[in-house]
Amino acid sequence: MQSEEWKFTAKDIAEKPDLFMSGHRACAGCAPAAVMRLILKATRGPTIVTMATGCMEVVSTIYPYTSWAVPWLHTAFENAAANASGIEAAIKVLRKKGRIKDEHVDVIAIAGDGGTYDIGIQALSGAVERGHDFLFVLYDNEAYMNTGIQRSGGTPLGASTTTSPAGEVIPGKLEPKKPIADIMVAHEIPYVATASPYYWRDLIIKVRKGLEVEGPAFLHVFAPCPRGWRSDPSKSIELSRLAVETCVFPLWECINGEYQLSAPSKVIAMAPQKKKPVKEYLAVQGRFRHLFTPKYEKLIDEIQRITDMRWQKLLKKCGIA
Amino acid sequence: MKSVEQKVLALNGDEAVAYAVKQCDVDVVAAYPITPQTIIVERFSEYVANGEVETAFVCTESEHSALTACLAASLTGARAFTASASAGLALMHEMLFVTSGCRAPVVMAIANRALSAPINIHGDQSDTMAQRDSGWIQIYAENAQEVYDSVIQAFRIAEHPEVLLPAMVCLDGFQLSHSVENVNVLPDDVVKKFVGVRQFPKVLTHEGKLAPLRLDPHNPMTLGPLAFPNYYFEFKRQQEEAMKKALEVIRQVHNEYAEISGRSYGDGLLDPYHLEDAEIATVCLGSTAGTVKAVVDELRSEGVKAGLLRIRAFRPLPVEGIRKALENVKAVAVMDRSMSFGGHGGAVFHEVRHALYDSDKRPFIVNYIYGLGGRDTSPMQVRAIYKDLQEIVQKGHVETPIKYVGLRE
Repeated sequence: MQSEEWKFTAKDIAEKPDLFMSGHRACAGCAPAAVMRLILKATRGPTIVTMATGCMEVVSTIYPYTSWAVPWLHTAFENAAANASGIEAAIKVLRKKGRIKDEHVDVIAIAGDGGTYDIGIQALSGAVERGHDFLFVLYDNEAYMNTGIQRSGGTPLGASTTTSPAGEVIPGKLEPKKPIADIMVAHEIPYVATASPYYWRDLIIKVRKGLEVEGPAFLHVFAPCPRGWRSDPSKSIELSRLAVETCVFPLWECINGEYQLSAPSKVIAMAPQKKKPVKEYLAVQGRFRHLFTPKYEKLIDEIQRITDMRWQKLLKKCGIA
Repeated sequence: MKSVEQKVLALNGDEAVAYAVKQCDVDVVAAYPITPQTIIVERFSEYVANGEVETAFVCTESEHSALTACLAASLTGARAFTASASAGLALMHEMLFVTSGCRAPVVMAIANRALSAPINIHGDQSDTMAQRDSGWIQIYAENAQEVYDSVIQAFRIAEHPEVLLPAMVCLDGFQLSHSVENVNVLPDDVVKKFVGVRQFPKVLTHEGKLAPLRLDPHNPMTLGPLAFPNYYFEFKRQQEEAMKKALEVIRQVHNEYAEISGRSYGDGLLDPYHLEDAEIATVCLGSTAGTVKAVVDELRSEGVKAGLLRIRAFRPLPVEGIRKALENVKAVAVMDRSMSFGGHGGAVFHEVRHALYDSDKRPFIVNYIYGLGGRDTSPMQVRAIYKDLQEIVQKGHVETPIKYVGLRE
């Protein structure tokens, strides 16, 4: 893959003009907004971005303003991947007919967890099955934040949301996250990876790799939402580190079906004593506050068990066990 | 001008659509199969497989994604086409509004079919009538020839810079989609010249440049933004303005096409039959007009002053044309092949009555709901409608404003 040769310094990235501009209306401490900026730092030429309905769409394109210095399209909630299909098909034909001159145009579809795990999964599955050449980026803030913190298929076990509230008899969401990135691996597409904005360099490289592969690529980006997670807005990036250090959100790539851990998670695999307990991660988020009461504290053990089980499964897939 | 020489092909309505699309230099076709539309995409995918067209054929996993892909392709600068029917069109409902709201000139053929439940694959116009407020132009064809002609015209109408709206060409499921007729087809180069290469209106980008309205990395533009109450309303008003302009454009394109092909359908909006001196008349859309015309001929030979107004463009609705065409008739029967439950008659009835409210010579107007779920409507039944109209004129009042044709009651 070419990106192994793509060398850049922090200065290079800082100096590359932003294609996702400031002035948008995201909340203080919004990790998804930082993720948007990082994604566009990785572009390599003419690029079209299309987006599902969601926080990032809403905060960045309030008519007559826009934060996007690239051509950008939103049409609905469930169809970011179908937008990408149409754009990609059009570019191919128009280039063949000589009606557009660009040698190559990268297509990036971006959706939140609702637009990926839930309402968007049909269009996503169809688009990657058809083999369109595009990168789909999921920014996962683990609930429908735009409509006011409702649970999605990406909401973790035990999280309190407005449609899975922690009550007297129910301890928040009863189901663990859907393993969306593994579902995308099962589509046998050339590139699937996970990323976290704390490890910004790793994230940028993975976006670039996703653009460089021929065919569909899928990038699952962890994106804390202080509003929905009831966390300190100044700690979003730290949280996105803690999620990796606890193995709640390990970083890996799957290139042509071969899993491999990315450096931050590999360090933990090599030195398991560095793996932090999930309790540390849960304790700093108000959405898990109820788990720290005698009534529901057992659920913390269950979250730890599922986290460990998934981590072990991943290690096996990566040939480390 | 003398019309060009044409080949005659035996085509059913669906094949006539596919043949027209093949000739229109379409860049992207995205579709999902559904009876009675499927033949359109089957034939078209054969053209793709045989290298007869330079088109990307995207066989999507749903109609929702089919229309989405066409919309996105259209906004990227492609000429895009899809086809659907019934449940498929209903699944597209959300995207129909987005397509017209984005001003994407996508063309779609609809092989009209009943909506579930009960599930039924046969023809009626419930599917497109349910989408009449979605901001799409709707043209209803009478036969396979008109289907072919209308698809070619639809690209020109939709892409006209004064219009820039998506357009549906509607053909009755089975009656038109599956019935083979002789269809005169124009030479490829004539059609290609007629539809031309897609042109884009220039708009102001956020960088302050004038650029063609499309997704272009060299002139970045944000399409499909969020508009709050301070702007949303103006977007919608502009769509209505475009619909008004479409009335004239449909007529112009129809007339220009008529010169080349030698075929015309009234003024392109309304297709009257023996209406000049008619005392009683029916109004209908689509293939039923064929049956009605045969009955009108019979009645005329018997000395009855019967006529027919076939509405070809239902959206935009030629309100003034309808008023002028019908205000001198004494009694009008509007035939609806769909229902508007609880709405006192069908959609066409509502709109024709509405068009005549401002006339000082308001004729009697009654409604006949017919042919739902593919039920046949015979010449005898149409004769009975004209007989009812004669009685209404004789008695000077209406006893039953809404009737059902050929129904067990």
